[in-house]
Amino acid sequence: MKYKLLRYCLVIIASFLAFPINGLASSSKLDVKEIVLGHLGDAYEWHFFATENTEGVIHLPCIVRDEETHEWKCFLSSKIHEAHKEGLPDYEGFYFNEEKNGKIYQHLSDGTSVRPIDLSITKDVSQILLASFILLAIFLSMARWYKKHDTTKEAPGGFVGMMEALLEYLINDLVKGSIGEKHYRPFVPYLLTVFFFILVSNLLGLIPGGANVTGNINITFFLAFCTMLTINLSGNKEYWKEIFWPDVPILLKAYPLPIMPVIEMFGIISKPFALMVRLFANMMAGHAIILSFISIIFITCSLGSWMSSVVGGGMTILSFLMIIFMNMLECLVAFVQAYVFTLLSAVFIGLSHPAHEH
Amino acid sequence: MESMNLPSILTPDLGLFFWMALAFIIVLLILSKFGFPVIVKMIDERQKFINDSLMNAREANEKLASIQAEGEKILRNAREEQAKILKDAMATRDAIVKDAQQKAIAEGEKLLEEAKAQILVEKENALRDIRSQVADLSIRVAEQLIMEQLKDDYKQENYINKILDKVEVK
Repeated sequence: MKYKLLRYCLVIIASFLAFPINGLASSSKLDVKEIVLGHLGDAYEWHFFATENTEGVIHLPCIVRDEETHEWKCFLSSKIHEAHKEGLPDYEGFYFNEEKNGKIYQHLSDGTSVRPIDLSITKDVSQILLASFILLAIFLSMARWYKKHDTTKEAPGGFVGMMEALLEYLINDLVKGSIGEKHYRPFVPYLLTVFFFILVSNLLGLIPGGANVTGNINITFFLAFCTMLTINLSGNKEYWKEIFWPDVPILLKAYPLPIMPVIEMFGIISKPFALMVRLFANMMAGHAIILSFISIIFITCSLGSWMSSVVGGGMTILSFLMIIFMNMLECLVAFVQAYVFTLLSAVFIGLSHPAHEH
Repeated sequence: MESMNLPSILTPDLGLFFWMALAFIIVLLILSKFGFPVIVKMIDERQKFINDSLMNAREANEKLASIQAEGEKILRNAREEQAKILKDAMATRDAIVKDAQQKAIAEGEKLLEEAKAQILVEKENALRDIRSQVADLSIRVAEQLIMEQLKDDYKQENYINKILDKVEVK
């Protein structure tokens, strides 16, 4: 009974997807790479859907500095679109440079165009702010619960209880296990913030319409940079000694070439670099695969022959199943990547507190 | 870099980086001041409370076990004591009874002897009494007889002569 219902649903969805798009898509050639990268990338508006008459879009504010007058300007991104529709080349000199990923550029009076300092609240930024609010809401409300109750008399239930179990697991197994009983305390807030920031961003990104925040190199670079600072600023004497004056023959560490220090310096960079690339690549790839499967529906339906309905319908069902599968997988990956980033950060921090071996 | 035209997700972007840094640092500061320390402290406190409670429970159990052992020991001692006291009491009773019997026997014998002695004395007294009475009576009887016989002078003379004869014969 259950499977029958599922099959009906799939057929209905497939026919919905296949037929209208059939007419729509065959008229223009699909550029899958453009679609995928476009959806992965940042944007100045939050675009949900578009039909012939209506457009589900939230225009976000642009904050740019005029490179000629050095004044800050703030306007909605729809202003540029409107100017473009009216046939003007730009809005007060600003336009979307399609060659440069649609970023805002400015026409200067001498005819050249430059990228102004751009602090716009883009799609990614707004999702970062949303994730920040979610984090603050979750943990401040949790903290309030703990302030109001005597924890030795009652245990939290519901959401607070679930979060407490997760926090306890993270603190005991991940942070304490990696850094060690002695030093772990000061790093708990940082590591937990990183974990939940990545987790919430990942999960928000999985919601249809959500932005791909953690699959953007700027974000992962920042997080990895923070971890690098944490590792190196908290490193103790032993840690720096192992970098500059390790316990190896003097030939290797001072004369004729300080090979070991150079290798260790490389290690300082490569550890956070690996963190940055891992998170970026995993999240980007997950989104890209889902987007590609969605694109398959459109490609097979735009073949433009009588076959397209049959093949398109079949491929649509297949893609649909694969998309469901990938979304479930991505839910797991969202957690795993947040966990791995935090775990490795904790391990690296732990390594910067080596105990005296001799 | 300019000529390569990387996809937007790989392009460094000042605005995104700036907002990310700002948002993250603010969240981190707020949460590390008001969020996580409170939660961690409470979780630690509960953990400590649970550990303490477990330890207390274990101690109480041990104490209970030792108390039980102690109770059993006391009970055992009491039973031993009871047995001992009973045995002693029995022995004392036996001794007292035996003593009493002996005393009673001795007392009886003594009484018997005294009685016998008394009886003997009484007997002798009685005998002596009887003897003296008998002597008295016989004297009185003799006196009466003699009085009767010697009522007239003749007879007296006769009698005296008789006696004198006897004495002279002798």
